Amino acid sequence: MSTAKIPEPDELMQIKYAPPQTAWMETPVDFRPGTWSYGAAAKNLAALDMPNPRAWQPSDADWKLPENWRQIILDGMKERLDKYRSFRLFMDICVRCGACADKCHFYIGSGDPKNMPVLRAELIRSVYRRYFTASGRCFGKLAGARDLTVDVLKEWFYYFYQCTECRRCSVFCPYGIDQAEITMIGRELLNLVGCNINWALEPAANCFRTGNHLGIQPGGIKDMLEFLADDIEDRTGVRVEVPINKKGADILFVTPSADYFADPGTYTCMGYMMLFHEIGLNYTFSTYASEGGNFGLFTSHEMIKRLNAKIYAEAKRLGVKWILGGECGHMWRVIHQYMDTMNGPADFLEEPVSPITGTRFENAKSTKMVHITEFTADLIKNGKLKLDPSRNDHVRLTFHDSCNPARAMGLFEEPRYIIQKTCDHFYEMAEDTIREKTFCCGAGAGLGNDENLEMRMRGGMPRAMAVREVVKKHGVNRLGCICAIDRATLTTLMDYWVPGVSVMGVHELVGNALVMKSEKERSTDLRGEKIGGS
Amino acid sequence: MFRRNFTLAITAIITLSFISIALVYLGLTVVLTIALPYIAFVLFLFGFVYRIVQWAKAPVPFRIPTTCGQEKSLPWIQNNPVENPAGPPGVIGRMAGEIFLFRSLFRNSQTEIVDGRPVYGSAKWLWLFGLLFHLSLLAVALRHLRFFTEPVVPLATGLSALDGFLEIGVPALYISDVTLLAGLVFLFLRRVILPQVRYISLFTDYFALLLIAAIVATGLLMRHFFPVDLNAVKTLAMGWVSFAPSAPADASILFYLHLCFVFVLIAWLPWSKLSHMAGIFLSPTRNQINNSRSRRHVNPWNAPVKVHTYAEYEDEFRDKMKAAGLPVEKE
Repeated sequence: MSTAKIPEPDELMQIKYAPPQTAWMETPVDFRPGTWSYGAAAKNLAALDMPNPRAWQPSDADWKLPENWRQIILDGMKERLDKYRSFRLFMDICVRCGACADKCHFYIGSGDPKNMPVLRAELIRSVYRRYFTASGRCFGKLAGARDLTVDVLKEWFYYFYQCTECRRCSVFCPYGIDQAEITMIGRELLNLVGCNINWALEPAANCFRTGNHLGIQPGGIKDMLEFLADDIEDRTGVRVEVPINKKGADILFVTPSADYFADPGTYTCMGYMMLFHEIGLNYTFSTYASEGGNFGLFTSHEMIKRLNAKIYAEAKRLGVKWILGGECGHMWRVIHQYMDTMNGPADFLEEPVSPITGTRFENAKSTKMVHITEFTADLIKNGKLKLDPSRNDHVRLTFHDSCNPARAMGLFEEPRYIIQKTCDHFYEMAEDTIREKTFCCGAGAGLGNDENLEMRMRGGMPRAMAVREVVKKHGVNRLGCICAIDRATLTTLMDYWVPGVSVMGVHELVGNALVMKSEKERSTDLRGEKIGGS
Repeated sequence: MFRRNFTLAITAIITLSFISIALVYLGLTVVLTIALPYIAFVLFLFGFVYRIVQWAKAPVPFRIPTTCGQEKSLPWIQNNPVENPAGPPGVIGRMAGEIFLFRSLFRNSQTEIVDGRPVYGSAKWLWLFGLLFHLSLLAVALRHLRFFTEPVVPLATGLSALDGFLEIGVPALYISDVTLLAGLVFLFLRRVILPQVRYISLFTDYFALLLIAAIVATGLLMRHFFPVDLNAVKTLAMGWVSFAPSAPADASILFYLHLCFVFVLIAWLPWSKLSHMAGIFLSPTRNQINNSRSRRHVNPWNAPVKVHTYAEYEDEFRDKMKAAGLPVEKE
């Protein structure tokens, strides 16, 4: 645990939006406790063959950089300017209109001007101008250019690890400049000289070796899933099967490891298992591909590919027809926008067809991977599930659109349809805070660690305040989402800003409402809490 | 920082003016009427070709549209074909919205902390004046075609007639001149007054606005207060396009200033942030179809990476897998 003391909510809310007196290029970064993440441990870098493993912390004066670090970064920039049109274009065309400024949850929550997406981008743009444009080389500061120094590198680290790659700014930018793209490249560059955070790199290293972020070994996965099956039996009287690494299954199911590891994700996982049992789905979990999430996304494009490769490889080994994916945000950014390009074509799989309804998932015919809410919405629409929403009467729900399914996919209606069929008390938050304008939990992209808690609470504040409004207006007591990071981090966020609101996945609602054949009369929900409302 | 950047921008404009005046007094008007236009034209053309080639030759390795509406998924779910394009018509619609209507800017809101929570007020002013400024600038540029075409293209005459239909004053006041000025004043005041925008502003941000303001000012003065010989102007402009330019015998200092500012702007345009006028067409978050699950997007530099294979995994965990009763490939 971090020793940083986090201020009380009232104190944290005293946000000053007035910029400092000193110009931003002359304002050095202050590594204040509670606002940054620990550096990656040497063993994790070594496990992934990444450069410059060493003992260090961002608060150290000496970061123990390689001697030629500046050249490494500049060469890295050159390479990426040639490889990514997005990067080159976004370096050139910003007019600094500032439309993005107050759209970033970290800026809204901290008032630090370098958290305005435009200025976060200028941190790297200023170096781009200095070394890669004629005007920057000739006119220097006048053209908005500056030298790449150790202080600049430290500033990059602080602010690129204060961006959750949520893409909200890119919705508002008149040119679609996406800070997530700039942050991703910025982090890649930092990784070239060994400046990275442990909370992103340890999960990546674990995932590489054991198949999941938490480093759970095969027997552990089996135990946890069996444990969830026990809980399901306890609540419903129905014993569900736990198929693992099963050859001959029709479908490989991949979900974030947090779903079977920790509350409240476990209740969502129970929902999946009950659903699959009830419809008689011939599916399997995998221990090798036991992680839907992909912390490579918070490290480098290469790392995304290295970790993601397991999913297709395992689908091929097990001989399944297609892949179904659980509720997770950044996992679905990777699957929707990167997987097929990086590790496809998946020509050894079949175009996904629901074995229960016969629906062809045309939108997934190339990746061969279907989102669980698409799958379940189709089941409900076709009347294949018997649902009793009154079992969720004790839940007064609002729904948080997770950043990536919202802005890197456009998955808005499927989860809402499922919610409407499984819960009678559903209230939307304010329009500026949902769907494509949804606010991040403040702790995605590897930032959900304890030492960064103050910044998480600041970044999550806009989301929390929108929840607080529906709590006041409609007595909401539950925050639904389709993201495993959300389930973990929104819980902390609610405890801090809106105590009394707990967090759930959409398939926990399904598990509660699902009327199973030969089930006993249910007196509790999946959490063991009394059902039937007040 | 603001004071320094702004002062420098003013100084730059004044310096340009002095250079023009000096050239006129030294009898070197050909520099402004013949040399500068061609230099500017070459820099403009070369600059944009260079920029666009640089952008275009960088591949788009991944399909990364920012989705702002429901995707096309199950047939009974209503998708949003423009904000989340499922095909080329959707992308064309989306891009048209961005380019002609500034769709994304229309979403703009303003965040304030009220009663201990953030509220998101409507802030369409930037959109309104931004659009007004750009459309007016386009109209003004197109109206100038009357100097470059003989017979004058109907677009220019039509636009001038439409633009001056209020018939205020002689010659008639053009609406686009007024709206252009209004847009400029708004954008300038916004940049100077809002502390956040002022904080991020560079010298070039002020210079761009002041340079356009100088062009508008000299243009308006010539049209309404200090008339110039339009025939001489037309002769000069036609001379440029026919590559046989001749400097007018006599023209006012305002005209030379106007020329100087215009051609500096044209020359600088592709090398500055003003290149956004071309860049927006290539923006990958806006011009891509969101179909990466139904159609494979190919990355030209996709290369193999080091992965941890199932065989390596099983080798490490085989005993544990067997102990847990999990199937293995090799006994």
